[in-house]
Amino acid sequence: MKRNGLLKKLLSVTVASCMVMGLTACGGAGAAGGAAGGDTGAAAAESGAAEGSGAASGAAIKIGGSGPLTGPAAVYGNAVKAAAELAVEEVNAKGGLQFELDFEDDTHDAEKAVTAYGVLKDWGMQVSLATVTSAPGAAVSPMYKDDHIFAISPSGSSLAVIYQDPDNAASPYGNVFQMCFTDPNQGVASADYLAAHTDLGSKIAVIYKNDDNYSSGIFAKFKSEAETKGLSIVYEGTFDDSNASDFTVQLKKAQDAGADLLFLPIYYDPASLILTQANQMGYAPTFFGVDGMDGILTLEGFDTSLAEGVYLLTPFSADATDDLTKNFTANYKARMNDEVPNQFAADAYDCVYAIAQACEAAGVTADMSATDICDALTSQFTSMTFNGLTGQNVTWSASGEVSKSPKAVKIENGVYVGVED
Amino acid sequence: MKKFSIGNLFSRKKRGRTISFLMVIVAYIIMQTMMSTGSLSSLFSGLLVPLCCYIVAAIGLNLNVGVSGELNLGQAGFMSVGAFTAVSVSGYLAAGIPNPVIRLIISIIAGVIAAAIFGILIGVPVLKLEGDYLAIVTLAFGQIIKSIVTNMYLGFDENGFQFSFVDNNTKLAPGGKMLLNGPMGATGTERISTFTMGAILIIISLFIVYNLMFSRCGRAIMAARDNRIAAESVGIGISRTKMLAFVISASLAGAAGALYGLNYSTLVPAKFDFNTSILILVYVVLGGLGNMTGTIIATVILVLLPELLRSMQDYRMLIYAVVLIVIMLLTNNETVITKLKLLQKSLGGGAKNV
Repeated sequence: MKRNGLLKKLLSVTVASCMVMGLTACGGAGAAGGAAGGDTGAAAAESGAAEGSGAASGAAIKIGGSGPLTGPAAVYGNAVKAAAELAVEEVNAKGGLQFELDFEDDTHDAEKAVTAYGVLKDWGMQVSLATVTSAPGAAVSPMYKDDHIFAISPSGSSLAVIYQDPDNAASPYGNVFQMCFTDPNQGVASADYLAAHTDLGSKIAVIYKNDDNYSSGIFAKFKSEAETKGLSIVYEGTFDDSNASDFTVQLKKAQDAGADLLFLPIYYDPASLILTQANQMGYAPTFFGVDGMDGILTLEGFDTSLAEGVYLLTPFSADATDDLTKNFTANYKARMNDEVPNQFAADAYDCVYAIAQACEAAGVTADMSATDICDALTSQFTSMTFNGLTGQNVTWSASGEVSKSPKAVKIENGVYVGVED
Repeated sequence: MKKFSIGNLFSRKKRGRTISFLMVIVAYIIMQTMMSTGSLSSLFSGLLVPLCCYIVAAIGLNLNVGVSGELNLGQAGFMSVGAFTAVSVSGYLAAGIPNPVIRLIISIIAGVIAAAIFGILIGVPVLKLEGDYLAIVTLAFGQIIKSIVTNMYLGFDENGFQFSFVDNNTKLAPGGKMLLNGPMGATGTERISTFTMGAILIIISLFIVYNLMFSRCGRAIMAARDNRIAAESVGIGISRTKMLAFVISASLAGAAGALYGLNYSTLVPAKFDFNTSILILVYVVLGGLGNMTGTIIATVILVLLPELLRSMQDYRMLIYAVVLIVIMLLTNNETVITKLKLLQKSLGGGAKNV
C-alpha cells in the first residue's frame, strides 16, 4: 500500500515535470527570454556590485556570445568568457557606458551554436562576441547577417566566419568582424618570416593537425606561400584527435628527411609533447610555432627548458611589461585561480574594449535597436583605430578582417624575447 | 477493397500508427501557427529542423534495432554520407536550379541513394552472419566514414570537378567552389532546409516503417528476429529480410543527414562521430524498441532537455544524465509497467488516480 502511494507520487511528479517542460517549450519568447534574463540579471548584479544591481537591466547594452564551456575545447571558451566578464566589469566600473554579458555554451558544435544564438536572441542581444571557435562561428555568421546584429569574434579565425564564399574570400557578411588573425594570414606571415630568415633552417618539416580547421587552414596557406617563395618542405606529418599523444613516428620521419626546421601550426598542448619526444629522441631542429603555441610556458607538468629557442608568432604575451598587459594578467589571474591568460583571453578582452570604444564614439545607447547599433558599429569599426593587448593601431577592413602584425618572438630563459624583423 | 472506418484506425493493432501520425501532424500545425504568429522563440524555431532530423534517423534506427533486432552503432555514419552527398549536390546545383525547394528534394534523394548504397555494401556480407557482427561492422563504418570525409577534398570550377585525397592538391580557378574541404567539411552552404520538409520526412518515414511492419515482409522480419531457426524452417530468407530493414534504416538516416546538412551553413565531418550514433540509439532505446511513437517523444524530450536546462549552466549535463537514468529505470521496471497498465485501465473509470 505504502509502495503503491510512493509510485503514484513518482508518476505524478514525472507527468507534472513533463507537462511543465512542455509548457516552457511552447511558452515562446516571453518565457524563455524571461528565464534567461533573470539568470543573467543575477550574474550581472553579482559582478557589477559597484554599480548597483539597478543598472543591470534596461540601461545596459546586451552583449551576447557563445563558446565551448564544456567538452574538449572548454579551455578556450572559459578563457574567453572570463576575460570578457573582466572587461565588462571594468567598463561598467568606469561609469557611463554599461554592458551586460550573456555567454552561452556551444560545446564547439555548429548545431549547439545555432541554438545558443536562439537563446541570446530571445534574451535581447544587441551586440555579439559571435563564437570562440571557427566552425560554430561559420554556422551563426549568416544569422547575424540576416538579423542584422553586429558581431566580432575574438578567436574564430577561419575565413568562413567572415566570408559567405570562403573559397574565394569573397562576399563578406559585412557585420561580422574578427579580433584574431585569419588562419591564412598566419600561414603567409610564417612563410614570409622563414623566407627572410633562412639561417633558422632551410629544410622544413611540418606537423599539423588535419582534423582541425585552424591547423590545416594555416598549413594550406603556408604550403602555397612556401612554394612561391622557394622554401623547401621536406616532410608533412599529420595527426588528429585520436592519435594526438605519440609523435615519435612523425618526428623520426622528419629527422630522416633531414629537416632542420620544424614548423608546428598547432596548439600548445600537442606541441609540448612534440618538444618532449623530440628531446628524448635527441632530435633538435629549430621549432617554429604560431599563435596557438602561446601558453606553452604555463603548461602544467611541462619542462619549460625544452621550449628554449622556440620561435613563435604571437599577438600577445602575458609577460609583456606594459601597464595594460600587467593589469590584465594580474586581474585575470585573480579571477581564474592563478591561470595565466592566453591569447584567446586577450582577444576577448580586446573585443569588449573595441566595442566599448566604438559605442562611445558612435554614441550608442542601450535603448537603440540591434539594427541601429549594428549600422553605427559597422561604420565605426571600419574607420577607427584601436589599441589593445593584442596590438597597437589595429584597424579593420570592410570585410571584417583585422589588420595587426603578428610579431615573431623567441623563448629565451623562460620568457618571450622580441626578434628583430 | 477493405471498408474504411474510423474504428479500424483505432483498433488494437493500428492504434500506435494512428497516434504517431496524429501526434506529428498536430505538433506540426501548432508549431507552424506559432511561427506564423511570431510567438515561437528563436531558440525553438532554430531547434525544429535538427529535431526533425534526429526523429527521422531514430525512426530508421528503431526499424533496424527494434523491429529487425540487429544492433546498429553507425547510424551517424549513414547520416554523414547523406549529409555530405546532399550538401555537395546542392552546392553544385546552386547555380543551375535556383528554386530551393526543388534543389532540397533532389539533394535529399541523392543523400538517400548514397546512404542506401553504403547500406547495401555493408549489409550483403555482414547480414549473412548470425550474431552481433552488424554492431561491430557499423561501429567501424562510422569511424571509417568520419576519417574518409575528413581527408576528402572535392571542388569544381568552370573546367569541371577536382578531387584529391589526404593532401589538398585541388587548384581551383577563381570563382570555383570547394564542396568538401577536408577537415573543414562543407562551408558556405546555402541553408535551404525547412521545418515543413522535416515534417514531411517524418510522415514519409512513419508511413514506410508502419507499412513495412504490417506487411508480409515486416512479419517475416519480426519472425526472423524472434526465432531465426523457426523462421528459416518456414522458408523465410533471413539475410534478405534483415537486409530490407537495414537498408531502409540507412536510407532514412541518409535523408535525416541531408536535411541536417542543408540546415547549417557549415558542416564538419567530426559532427557525425560515435557519440552521435549512441545518442540516436539512446533515443530509440528510451522510446521503446519497435515503438515509433515512443521514439518520437523520447527524441523530442532528449533534444529539448539540455536546451531547457541552459539556465542551470554547468549542472545541466548532470541533470540530463540523471533524467536518462531515471527514464531507463522506469521504462524497464516490470512493476512500473504493470502499474502503468493498471493506471491506464482505471483512467477509463475516473481521473481519481492522477
